[in-house]
Amino acid sequence: MSNYAEFTKGLIKENPTLVGLLGMCPTLAVTTTAFNGIGMGLATTFVLLGSNIVISLLKNVIPKSVKLPCYIVIIAGFVTLIEMLMKGYIPSLYKSLGTFLSLITVNCIILGRAEMFASKNRVLPSIMDALGMGLGFTGALTLMASVREIMGAGTWFGIKIPYFQTMTLFILPAGGFFVLGCIIALVNKLSDKKPPQEIGCSSCPANGDCSSCHSEGGAR
Amino acid sequence: MKGLFAIMLAALLTDNFVLSKFMGICPFLGVSKKASSSLGMGAAVTFVMVCAAAVTYPIYHLILVPLEITYLKTIAFILIIALFVQLVETAMKKLMPPLYSALGVYLPLITTNCAVLGLTILNIDNEYGFGQSLVNALFSGLGFMMVLLIFSGVRSRVEEADVPETFKGVPATLIAAAILSLSFLGFSGLGN
Repeated sequence: MSNYAEFTKGLIKENPTLVGLLGMCPTLAVTTTAFNGIGMGLATTFVLLGSNIVISLLKNVIPKSVKLPCYIVIIAGFVTLIEMLMKGYIPSLYKSLGTFLSLITVNCIILGRAEMFASKNRVLPSIMDALGMGLGFTGALTLMASVREIMGAGTWFGIKIPYFQTMTLFILPAGGFFVLGCIIALVNKLSDKKPPQEIGCSSCPANGDCSSCHSEGGAR
Repeated sequence: MKGLFAIMLAALLTDNFVLSKFMGICPFLGVSKKASSSLGMGAAVTFVMVCAAAVTYPIYHLILVPLEITYLKTIAFILIIALFVQLVETAMKKLMPPLYSALGVYLPLITTNCAVLGLTILNIDNEYGFGQSLVNALFSGLGFMMVLLIFSGVRSRVEEADVPETFKGVPATLIAAAILSLSFLGFSGLGN
């Protein structure tokens, strides 16, 4: 596949959030305002880019038996870096993302791309893959956050929308589940190919690695 | 300083990990198909949470703070959790085979469960003491288990319900979760 195709596949066709159903926790938690959504998306893209580059460079060095701990340490390193940068330069965003910035470490998308792509490909395709997936994630988060902010608070990126009747429900936790459900249903409707109907641990790379998982919730 | 009872109520009901903090969504949606697996996953998460809270507290306050490397807490905590989960799995396999056969399958998935890492970081951010951290861990875990159990019941009804074609599967599950989350909103303000 060409580098360009590696880039574009993450944007829509294999969108990690809406089609792959990965990284649900930040998708639901930080999307109360469009600014938070885009900030979280870009922070994740940064971590994904860094970890994909390092892991694809080290793919022949990391022993297979300890690859997951190695990946997690590399990812956690980049997360610490973005935490410090954000704390220094965008303290307001740092404050509103809170714990979820640290929790990028356990975002399935990043570990998933490390395991499925960066550990098998050269650096340049890995960079394109990371950018595509990261921006796809950012797009999905921004879309969801925009819907929630407009419907819930009557603003968009902080700009007030006049004469708009708001429903507080949308910025409450329940609204997160509701909007995500509707957006995924919309994606189902628009795409001719059925996206995976199962959500959860089956797509998580840590899952495939464990030989003891045989029941449901384990390897499906 | 919050009282232990307030922490307990918050962890269990008002600030429930799944429904209001959005941590551990993957196992919530992935494992909550049957009551038995919800119970198993919930118990395993509770166990790991309490142990992780007990281990990370001294490590943070006795190693990271004196050395002034608190910015390494994310790396340190995720390593501790990964190591710990591995350790628990091995020990359980050897010492308590019945418990292992019940919980063992869920253990490897817990490393990447953001609820566990989230809990250890929240304990530090909220400046909880050792006792408060443990209470918070125990009841957050129990709250997680409770929601999984309730949702497994809801889900068995949703699967049989006649939902529109586009909403079949994940969307219907998410909407059901939205309604459950809305009902937990009724607890807000409790314990203040």
